[in-house]
Amino acid sequence: MLEMKSRWAPYWQAAPLAIVFLIFFVLPLLVTLAVSFWTYTGYSIEPAFVGDNYATAFDKCLASLPDLCTTFRTYLSTLKFCLMVWLITLVLGFTIAYFLVFEIKSNNMRLILALVTTIPFWTSNVIRMISWIPLLGRNGVVNQWLMGVGLTSEPLDWLLYSNFSVVLALVHLNTVFMIVPILNSMSRIDKSLVEAAYDTGASGWQTLWNVIIPLSKTGIAIGSIFVITVVMGDFISIGLMGGQQIASAGKVIESQINALQFPIAAANAVVLLAIVLMIIWTLLRFVDIRKEL
Amino acid sequence: MAEGRSRAFYVLSAVFALYVLFLYGPTITILVLSFQGPNGGMTFPMNGVSLHWFHNLWAGIGVPNVVDALINSLKLGLVVTLVTVVISVMAGYAFRQKFKGSNILFFTAIASLILPSIVVSLGIALEFQLFNQTITGLGDRLVENYVDIPDPTMWTNFLGNIGILIQDNFQTLMGLFTSGLGAHLTWTLPFGLLIMFAVFNRFNPAYEEAARDLGASSWQTFRYVVLPMIAPSLVGVALFGFTLSWDEIARSSQTVGSVNTLPLTLRGLTTTVTTPVIYALGTVTTAVSFAVIGLAILAMLIAQHRRKRHGSDAGKGTT
Repeated sequence: MLEMKSRWAPYWQAAPLAIVFLIFFVLPLLVTLAVSFWTYTGYSIEPAFVGDNYATAFDKCLASLPDLCTTFRTYLSTLKFCLMVWLITLVLGFTIAYFLVFEIKSNNMRLILALVTTIPFWTSNVIRMISWIPLLGRNGVVNQWLMGVGLTSEPLDWLLYSNFSVVLALVHLNTVFMIVPILNSMSRIDKSLVEAAYDTGASGWQTLWNVIIPLSKTGIAIGSIFVITVVMGDFISIGLMGGQQIASAGKVIESQINALQFPIAAANAVVLLAIVLMIIWTLLRFVDIRKEL
Repeated sequence: MAEGRSRAFYVLSAVFALYVLFLYGPTITILVLSFQGPNGGMTFPMNGVSLHWFHNLWAGIGVPNVVDALINSLKLGLVVTLVTVVISVMAGYAFRQKFKGSNILFFTAIASLILPSIVVSLGIALEFQLFNQTITGLGDRLVENYVDIPDPTMWTNFLGNIGILIQDNFQTLMGLFTSGLGAHLTWTLPFGLLIMFAVFNRFNPAYEEAARDLGASSWQTFRYVVLPMIAPSLVGVALFGFTLSWDEIARSSQTVGSVNTLPLTLRGLTTTVTTPVIYALGTVTTAVSFAVIGLAILAMLIAQHRRKRHGSDAGKGTT
């Protein structure tokens, strides 16, 4: 009897989770894939099997090569944001994790400082973005200071609602996703390995490059997956901090939804999904996530 | 470490301090500016100190939905929290054994965490649109085939009435507590599941075996042995559940139907409102987040303290 119970127990215990993911994640993705081949009228979507939506999404893209069409330019610009934010958060996140693990000796202190870096994660992203307005606006703190010390005579316009502010906000919001997994990997490194490296004559940089970075690889990969996927699909931050003027893959989908062009939005979503999955697949070749838990 | 701190320590400390300033500085700026005087603008200097913008906010800032949005977000957040805790604990339990499909379920959870929110949001919206179209279509078909037909029977009348009922009453299945709740769960459950993994990986099954040997049923073992021991972590799951839902915007964007949550309203306001009242709203939202974080930490401390004080000898055996 007990044997029976414990054999079936995992199934009913996991059932609610499986049902939620089935209805609200797996099925929606399948519906998206299907609808990307459908047609639509002003107020409804109709089953069909046509490639029109993909053709619309990539309108004249192949014909106009080597000139880039709008869609290619949008994806390229999204990838550019991705790369910049990834590099900055990686360096910043790694440095901070390194500081917490190797330079802070007291466990309590390390816990407190780690909490300090993660608490903003539990507050609203929209508010954290709005917070830049009084700092970077035309009459903002930064411009007042720059003019005060005489570095510029006129306020700088590119501080807010620009590529600069988008990258700044994305770094601001997402560095925590790098810090936490790298911290997790790094704190498992046996300190005696680092000592051994120094004892056998390795310099600080050599130890970093040959011992610490390879051993933090999993954390780096997980952090990278997080940051890259968040930025690839972003439409909120790029919209808000770009003054709704900068295109991104996510924003294209959003504006097509707002125009009720659901099948075209679905086609774009499928393309975005494919790109993101390729990136994740590449990164996953370096790590086994389950080992990290 | 007799030679004292290295130069690297000071450089890295400075980097860390700057990062913390970068992290908190902007938020502190708007907290300060939300107390701007009635004639003050959206940037410094402060033009006096007042609660004017908070009064203004409470009065509805001419946008009547702000208070509604706040209430919607609170209600949804509480439901999401409860559901997340219950489902995560159950699933965490399940994953302690190998079962068919456990790998697929795990990777689905991870995928739900990292795939672009706009795609998930669009997918749920499309799915519900199809539900709606199916139900409306069914209603129309029933009315067409069974209302005002030559030889009505009880059965055809019944079907016809259902059709009329659908036509008259049905609008949409989409809503805060259907598609909206589901969208939030796709975001909070992976976090809950990962926390439960971490908890049960460090959980010593000897306590359960001992309870079972002493004659406890499965439920009693859970209720009186496991639950008290994992309670602090459950507070953690609840904290994630509430705050992630409270601040969620990307997945809500297409899935909450005709109503709005607070972050969606706030996002809309950024383009229309040009007074510090938006900072006041930011301060209120952040205050709720911090209150929840504070309560969660307090609850964790209490749970740990209670466990230490009279939690039998559980947790003392090992280490």
